[in-house]
This record gives sequence, C-alpha cells and structure tokens, in this order.
Amino acid sequence: MQRPRTLEQALEVLARATSSARLLAGGTDLMVEFETGRTHPDVVFDLWGVKELRYVRAENGGLRLGSLSTCRDLLDSALAREGADLLVLAADEVGAEQIKNRATLGGNLGTASPASDLGPVLSVLRARVRLVSLRGEREVSVDDFWTGYRATQRANDELIESVFIPTCPRDERRGFRKVGTRRAQSISKVVVAMALRVDGGVLQGVRSAAGSVAERIVRLSTLERALDGQRPSRALVSDATRDSARVDARPIDDVRSTARYRRATLQRVAEGLILDLAGIEGAH
Amino acid sequence: MNRSVGGVLARPEGPAKVTGRALYVADLRVEGAWVAGTVRSNVARGRLLGFDFDPAFDWKRVVIAGPEAIPGANLVAMIVDDQPLLCADAIEHFGEPLLIVAAETPLTLRAALAAIRPRIEVRPAMLDMEASEQLFKRIAIDKGDVEAVFAAADGAAIRVLEGTYRTDTQEQMYIEPQGFVAWPPDANGTIAVTGSMQCPYYVQKSLMRAFGVEAHNARVVQAATGGGFGGKEDYPSVLACHAALMARVCGRPIRMLYDRHEDLAVTPKRHPSRVRHRTAVASDGRLLAMDIDVLLDGGAYTTLSPVVLSRACIHAAGAYRCENVRIRGRAVATNHVPFGAFRGFGAPQVCFAVERQMDRIAVALGLHPVELRLCNMLRRGDVTATGQVLEHSVGSVEVMDEILARTKIDRHPWRAQQTGNVRRGLGLAFFFHGAGFTGSGEALLKARVAVELDREGCVIVRSASTEFGQGTLTMFTAIVAQALGCDARDVIIADADTQGVPNSGPTVASRTCMIVGGSLQKACAELLVRVGPGPAPFRERARAFVQRGGDSQIEITYTSPPGLAWDDATYRGDAYPAYGWAADVAEVEVSLDSFEVRVKRFTSAVDVGKAIQPQMVEGQIEGGSLQAIGFAHLEAATMKHGQFQQNRMATCVIPTTLDTPTFDVALIEVPFEHGPFGAKGVGELPMDGGAPAIASAIEDALGIHMDHMPATPERLLEAWLAAHPKEEL
Amino acid sequence: MSVQEPVDLRCTINGVARELRAAPLRRLLDVLRDDLGLTGTKEGCGEGECGACTVLVNGEPVNSCLVPVCQVDACSVTTIEGSGFEGVQAAFLEHGGAQCGICTPGMIVMTRAWLEERSRLGAAVDLESARKALAGNLCRCTGYAKILTSALAAAAVKP
Repeated sequence: MQRPRTLEQALEVLARATSSARLLAGGTDLMVEFETGRTHPDVVFDLWGVKELRYVRAENGGLRLGSLSTCRDLLDSALAREGADLLVLAADEVGAEQIKNRATLGGNLGTASPASDLGPVLSVLRARVRLVSLRGEREVSVDDFWTGYRATQRANDELIESVFIPTCPRDERRGFRKVGTRRAQSISKVVVAMALRVDGGVLQGVRSAAGSVAERIVRLSTLERALDGQRPSRALVSDATRDSARVDARPIDDVRSTARYRRATLQRVAEGLILDLAGIEGAH
Repeated sequence: MNRSVGGVLARPEGPAKVTGRALYVADLRVEGAWVAGTVRSNVARGRLLGFDFDPAFDWKRVVIAGPEAIPGANLVAMIVDDQPLLCADAIEHFGEPLLIVAAETPLTLRAALAAIRPRIEVRPAMLDMEASEQLFKRIAIDKGDVEAVFAAADGAAIRVLEGTYRTDTQEQMYIEPQGFVAWPPDANGTIAVTGSMQCPYYVQKSLMRAFGVEAHNARVVQAATGGGFGGKEDYPSVLACHAALMARVCGRPIRMLYDRHEDLAVTPKRHPSRVRHRTAVASDGRLLAMDIDVLLDGGAYTTLSPVVLSRACIHAAGAYRCENVRIRGRAVATNHVPFGAFRGFGAPQVCFAVERQMDRIAVALGLHPVELRLCNMLRRGDVTATGQVLEHSVGSVEVMDEILARTKIDRHPWRAQQTGNVRRGLGLAFFFHGAGFTGSGEALLKARVAVELDREGCVIVRSASTEFGQGTLTMFTAIVAQALGCDARDVIIADADTQGVPNSGPTVASRTCMIVGGSLQKACAELLVRVGPGPAPFRERARAFVQRGGDSQIEITYTSPPGLAWDDATYRGDAYPAYGWAADVAEVEVSLDSFEVRVKRFTSAVDVGKAIQPQMVEGQIEGGSLQAIGFAHLEAATMKHGQFQQNRMATCVIPTTLDTPTFDVALIEVPFEHGPFGAKGVGELPMDGGAPAIASAIEDALGIHMDHMPATPERLLEAWLAAHPKEEL
Repeated sequence: MSVQEPVDLRCTINGVARELRAAPLRRLLDVLRDDLGLTGTKEGCGEGECGACTVLVNGEPVNSCLVPVCQVDACSVTTIEGSGFEGVQAAFLEHGGAQCGICTPGMIVMTRAWLEERSRLGAAVDLESARKALAGNLCRCTGYAKILTSALAAAAVKP
C-alpha cells in the first residue's frame, strides 16, 4: 500500500510496480472488486491524494483534464461544459451524485470497461491520453489506448496523467445517448456518442462510437465511412446504421441484456441521433 | 374531539429512525459474539457425498456444525415438514445450506468458507414448472357449468377467447438484508434470538421443533426491521435456527448477517406463474364462462406455496361477475430456490392474467377496456367465483367512478394509431384483494391481542404484529387513542417479544389492521367500560382505576364475523371477510428506439374501508404501486441452471426516484362494519394493479399485447419486431 | 507496507478531531460502524448502489462502502449522528418520509447535501432537482413520493 501525495512520488512508486499492482483512484470500481472478492491485491497504490492531477485547464488547441478529475469536477467546470460538452453530458449519467463525487476520468479510462459511459464520448471527441513515467511521457489516442476487454496499453510504471480534448470544429453537431433501462444508477446496455458536420447539405467529419456492444468501446467506422461526404437521407442513414450494427458491434447476452437487443438498439439509437443531428425528421 | 383515526399521528419509532438511533440487527453490539456463515450447495440438484477441507487452513480457528448437531428435528417448521434446516443427503436447490461455520472475525469466516468444498454427485434438475409433475398443492373452484357455455359458443353471439400469461419471479429487495443474533441456551435452557422478521411466532415454532423445546424456552424478539414485503415471513425461521444452532454448539452468541449477494441468491422470491384463460363472452361484452388454469413454480420445498396458490386461485377470475367459472390451480416442485411470500401473495400474477385477458376480449369485441369492465365488474349483491355473496363494504362502483373522474380514461381512444419515436399510452386495471387470511384461516388461528394499564394510566398494547415500515405501531396507537378517547402519547406498544406479547398471528396478508386492529378496538371498548365514564381525561380515570385495584388486563381472541362460512374441501363460501377494491390508471411513454418504458403518471382509487392514518395509507399505496411498476417493466429477474441471475444490487434493479411517476392517490372509504372504524386491509392491494395497467398502457402506445411480465425493453423489442418484421436487422 | 498493515489517520468526525488506526483499504462504512459505533450509517448493498451508507466527506456526499478509510485522512466526515440535520429530520417525520427507516439516514444526509448544493449555487429547490439528487438512494417502501415531499418541505425550514 502506497499513498503518494505528488505526481513525482507517484511516478517513483510506480517505477517499482509489477502487473499485479492495482491503482486506486476514487474507489467506485475497485472497492466493489475488493468487497466481492474478485480481487485480492497485494499491492495497491492509492492515487487519490495526488491533488495536482485534479484540474481542468485550457491548453493550446483544446482542453486538458487531469486524470483525477471527478465527474462532479467536470460538471462544475465552465471550461469543460464549454469545451467538452458531450463529456459533461456523459459524466452526468455515470451514476448517482455520490458516485459522481468519486468516479474519476483516469479511473474510468484505466478500468477500460466496455460499458464505460465516458468511453464513446472520449472517442468521438478525439481525446488523447497522456501517460507519464520516470522514463518519460507519451500521448496516445483513446482508441489506441484501449486494447481489449478491460485492457489498455498503459505500462506498469505509467500513470494516466491527463486527457487532452482538442477544440471541436465550430460547426460540429454532437449527440450522446445512454440506454440503461433504469433512469439512474444503471450500467449501460448501449451507449452511443455521435459527432458530425453538415456542410452544404453534405455530411462531413462523421465520428461515432459505442459502448456495451463489444468487448471494448468501439468506433462505428462502417457508419462513418458510409456517411462521410454523403447527402443524408433516411434510407442512407438506415442502411449505414444497419450495416454498422451488424459489422462494428460484437454484443453478447449477459445478465443485463441480450445481444439482439444491444445490436438492434445500437442501430435504432444511432439512426435517431444522426437524423436528429442532420436535421432530418423523425427516426421511425 | 379525538382525531387519532383519520388524522396524522407521529410514528412512535420515527425519531429513532430519522436520527439513526433505531437498532437493526446489524447494529446490535453483542459481547463475545462470533460471526457465522453458511456452506451451500453449488448445484441445483445432487447428492451430498462429503466435504473437502483445505489442509492449509487452520481449522482450530473455526467451529463447524452440520445436521447431526441439531438436537430436535432437522426441518423448517412451516406447512409441510419437507425442508431440512441443513441438508444431509439429497440436495434440491442451488444454495441449499449444508454446514454452518463460525469464527471470531468476518475475515476468518470468509477464509474458512472459501476453504470448504462440498463434494456433490450432480443429478439432473427439474427447472421447468410446466414439465414438473410433482405437486405441492392442487385447488379446484367450480361455479355453474362452463362446458355447457363453451358448447353453445357459436363465434358470434358467444365467442371464446384464449390467452396464456406469464410472470417471472420478483425480488422483494427490502433494503436491509436478512440477519439474526442468537444466544446459547441460558441456565433454564432458554434459547433467545433477535433479528429482522415479520413473524416472531413463526420463528418460535421453528426453534421449538429444531431444538425440541417448549414455547417458554424459545424466545424471539424482533429487532428494528428494514422492510419485509413478505420476504421476511418464512425465511427468518431458517436463519434463526441456523444462528441458534451455532450459538448452542459454540456456547457463545452468534451474529449471522447475510450480505446482499447471499440474500439475493438464497432467500425466497415471488412465484413465477403461467396462467391460461379461456373465456366465453357475449357480443355485448358480458362474461359468460371463465375457464382458468393457474400454475405456480413452488421451487424445491413446499414452504408457503399451498397458501400462495390458494390466494391466487381465489383471485384468478378477477373482480368480475360470471355465472360459470372453473379454476384449476397447481403449485409444483422444481429445483429452484423455494419461492415464497411477496406482497400480493399470488394475486399479482393472476390479476395480471385476468386483466390482460379482459383487454384481449375488449380488442376482439371492439369495446373500450373501460366499457368491458363496467359491464362485468362485481357490485354489491353479486356473487364471486367461490359463491360468496358480496354484501359488505363493496367499493367497486366508487373506485371506478373516481378513477374515471380523475383520468377520463373512458374518453381516451385506446390503441389509436400513433407516429413518432415516443409513443404514449393509458392503461387501466380494476381489481380487488381479500383482507386477512383465506377462508377458515383466521377462525383456526385465533389471533390474540392484549391491553392493560400501567400505574400512570397509560395503555400498554401487547401484540405480535410487527412494525417493518408499514406503520403498525402508529395504526395501533390511533385505534387505541380513538377507542379510548385518550392521548396518543399515552399509548405504549410493547416490543414484539414472544415472552411479552400473545400470538397475534403473522404480520402478513393485509390482516394487521382489519383482524388484529379490530380485536384491539374490542379490547379497548371493554377497557373503557371497566374504567368507566367521567368528565376527567381518560388517563386520569385510568390511573384512578388502577390505583383502586381495578383489573385492566384484557385479552381478546379473534372470532370471525357472524355468518361467514367457508368449506376448505370444495373451496366454496366466504373466502374473505372483506375485500379492498381498487382501480389503477398508468400513463406511459415508450421510446421506439430503445423500448424503454417511462411511467409518467400513476393514478389509484382505492377503497380501504377507512384510512386509519391517511398519510400512511397513501404511503402504502405509493410504495406498493412502485413495486408493481418495477414488476411491470424494470425488474428483470431470471433463473438459469437453477440460480437467480440478478444476484447483486447492481443487476437486480429496482426503481429510483427518476423512474417514479407522479402518483395521484384517491382514498375511498366504504366502511366494513367488522373492521376497526370501518377499516379493511391495504398492504397487498396496491401490488396487484400496476403490472396489468402498465401492460395495457403499453398496448395502447404500441399496439402490442404483452402477455409476459416484466415487459422489459428486450421483450418489447422482440414483440415489436415480430409485428414489424421489416425492421429486423 | 501491506494492504493489511494498519495506518494512522487523522480526521474530523462529526466535528470531533479523531485519530484512527485502521487497515488503509477498510471501508469507511466499517470503521464508522464497527470502530466508532456510529451505526446510524446503514449498509444495504456493499457496492455503491443503494446509498444507505451515504455520509458527507468534506461536505460532499459519498457512499461510505466505496471509500477506503485511508482516503479520509485529513478530511471532515459527517454522519447522521452529526449536527445540522434537524430540519431535514423534522420534515421526514412530519411528511411520512420514513417507513422502515433503513434508507432514511442516507436519504436525510443526501437531502441535506442537496439543499446545501442548491443554496451554494443559488439555484431553485424544486422537485426535478430533488429527484435527481436522491436518485442514488434506493427506497423500497415509500415509492419516494413522501420522501420528495419531505425533502421539499425541508427546504422551507432550512436557512
């Protein structure tokens, strides 16, 4: 058990970390794992005290969010509401107020849950993750950061220092939708984020990602390819979302939902979001 | 003017609850206590061969008790003696208790439990109630001649409509998990337990059988209890015996507290059901014959299934008039964890079925659902399926008038064509629920309640009826204060302790107010006569009465109202002394992209006879309705390989504030002359109507007839795709 | 240092400075209940779903079952046994906000946090925000109607 207070201390203790070490931030995931006996860690690094990682600040060309920023911090930040609107929307739906006060951005990234509510939004917002260690620092896109089911490319000695969100194009339209059935405190069954521009009647820069439909957060690249540069029509959007739900999603049946429901809902929700953002009437 | 009844009294236990001072079982500090846990089967069916104890664990740190340590009978005393306290051989369900283990600390206990592996020869399990041929109970109710009507059906003047309806299980989800503390036998050989429970005398009966002791040597005290809803009716008998057994073996107090996961995995839930309806109906909507087949999955042991089936069958024809009725009911055995009591007790399942069948009939005949109900609803003087003539306190017309006035659902074009992503719907359910035990139950039980005065002239009420949120203490206080004309602060309700209160029967079946409260009113009437009239306040007269040596001890044994007759052999007669009547209207929105249902508004008109404490009655109706709303569309609850799948609170979801509609509750009071101040029961009633009202509203919104509860988004999607195959991916 | 090894912590609990010695990952909930006897904080699920264990840490509501005790070092913790809840408690008593009572302490702590948050923001105390604020506190008895009424009534009595 180590409880560093500064980034420097954190990097020093992490330098000796092995793969069995667990990094504790706000505890909303890890404490459940401990309690249910799924994890019996020997080595835990409690990062909660590294207050310098709790910030939201403007940076050249975008916004930098410290990894220990909580969902509540994001909601309370005028900068975040302005520069990462979709992320704030998603942060508001992560859980109850009690959870939002502890759940952190870095914890969310590091846990790499396929059901992460923040995940699809970070992907659509082109977020980049800054990893630091005594060896140096590097920045990777979130799409590359997640490598599989609850897996990331963070090395044992690295710390998720922050996330950079580049400034969104001025005319970009964005949407987010979480489907959890229960309206609060739910783990998502399907979560979708979408961004696009409409330029002279043509769709540009379509970006979309979804959670809870595969072993990790996935980009809906089939949909993006099908729509980019096209004039939107109901038929086109229907076809694109259908293809995407068939190709990009790899959902499973589990205790919360069915693969069929996840796939169908991904298609229906994505279709509605696109029609809505593109200004086309009524999804169904 | 005393306004205790019909007014607002403070909850006697309220200050302790809002300050956190109320002591629930987990809050009790017990000197020298060890903690105990349970080794369980990890298969649905098999034969226990033995146990592997990990040699790496230091077994001297724990105490282990198996079935051979039980001094009396190895069984859970309930209706039928078929359930062992600890399984010795044949395993009948997942999570069946095999051994009890005790340790000084929770950490040691957890390690010990992980180090014991039962060796089990797995056997094929019966997990399909429709395939099971092993019966716990069969019930037949016959009225008139259904076959003659069906034979005359011509498809025009008389049509026959069929439907099959299913409900999944449902978890009670009291927020306080089950728990007990037990003490080893004292010098007199008395075993004592305290815990979270509804029925102290049920627990006592179990202890007496398991330990071979007399009643005075089995003391049961209820701790503050954090919700029950039926879930703490029968299971506490199991847990209390386990804890008491270990206390006896260890010779020290034992705390046995389930965590949420264990509670969800092994405690009883609502019976899954399959109900078939075949109905002959005249072209004007009159019900001519109802043929109803009720099937309940009882799980591995009998527990309460016979009585759940009884209530289910009696309510199966709904609150409707029909000359020819045939009801056949079966509760069958499977290798599921035993299903048990949950608010409604069989009625929510059959109410869902009959109300859906009424909607199906309405669609077939082109009638508005309201019109069909108005045409057939039981009114005063009508005869129920069991042949009971409804003469007393029949509020059917009143609740229907009120619900129509408030919602105007009769003028709403049901199943009208809609467009757009969000579809809206209104749905009605009309229903009744018998108050008190079924048939001769109360006559056989002879529930007792006692009052006496203390030296200060305060009234002490002794009853085994427990408080677990519903407001028992406040309701009793109001009845006593009103009956005696005394100040509510001068009423003292004794603790539910089997050494201090008589057996008032279990706190179940919407019987506490009408049955026990009724006896309490009688006891007070006699006390008032003894104390005598006078200008002084009651307490002063009472104090003087006690000081002059007056005998204030009065015990009343319940007797059924005159004229009630019930034949258990034929299931004919007066099934209940009185019924609560109600109508619910649900207003929903359904999103066509996610098939999530949002209940916007929920209106109830409920005839409770008399609302002893209106604020609490509303609280019962709102709370029960929300449980029904959860049952209708949210609370997915599934069994797989004999295991309850939603075994964490993160997956076993119940509604939050944001899933809650605006409630509009109308209390209707059609007094019942044999209830206290006219009161009937209210506890279970609001659980019955929510599911069918919401299913009806969903049908209004989507044009889809859902016949399986809960109507989860997954099920709604499948039903929608079946009706709109072009939308299939 | 092992995760089992106790550590020394200083914090303020209900206004009283305390020195605690506990294994760092023990749940704040257990330390409050078992070590300090503050059993007003309840456990309903042990995984941050029900909110029965809600306490305030530096004024912010958290689920104490998810907070390792080492994270309240140098913090101020307020439980239902603390002061400042009287107005909310009175409102819950008067308006039928408590039935079985097991969710009640958490519900009252959360209601106070909501009222203070609204006051800090200068925002209206309305039904919608009460619903949202209390969405992480599960109650199975009341259907929430009387809880929401109580919360709104508490706003009227709280300064």
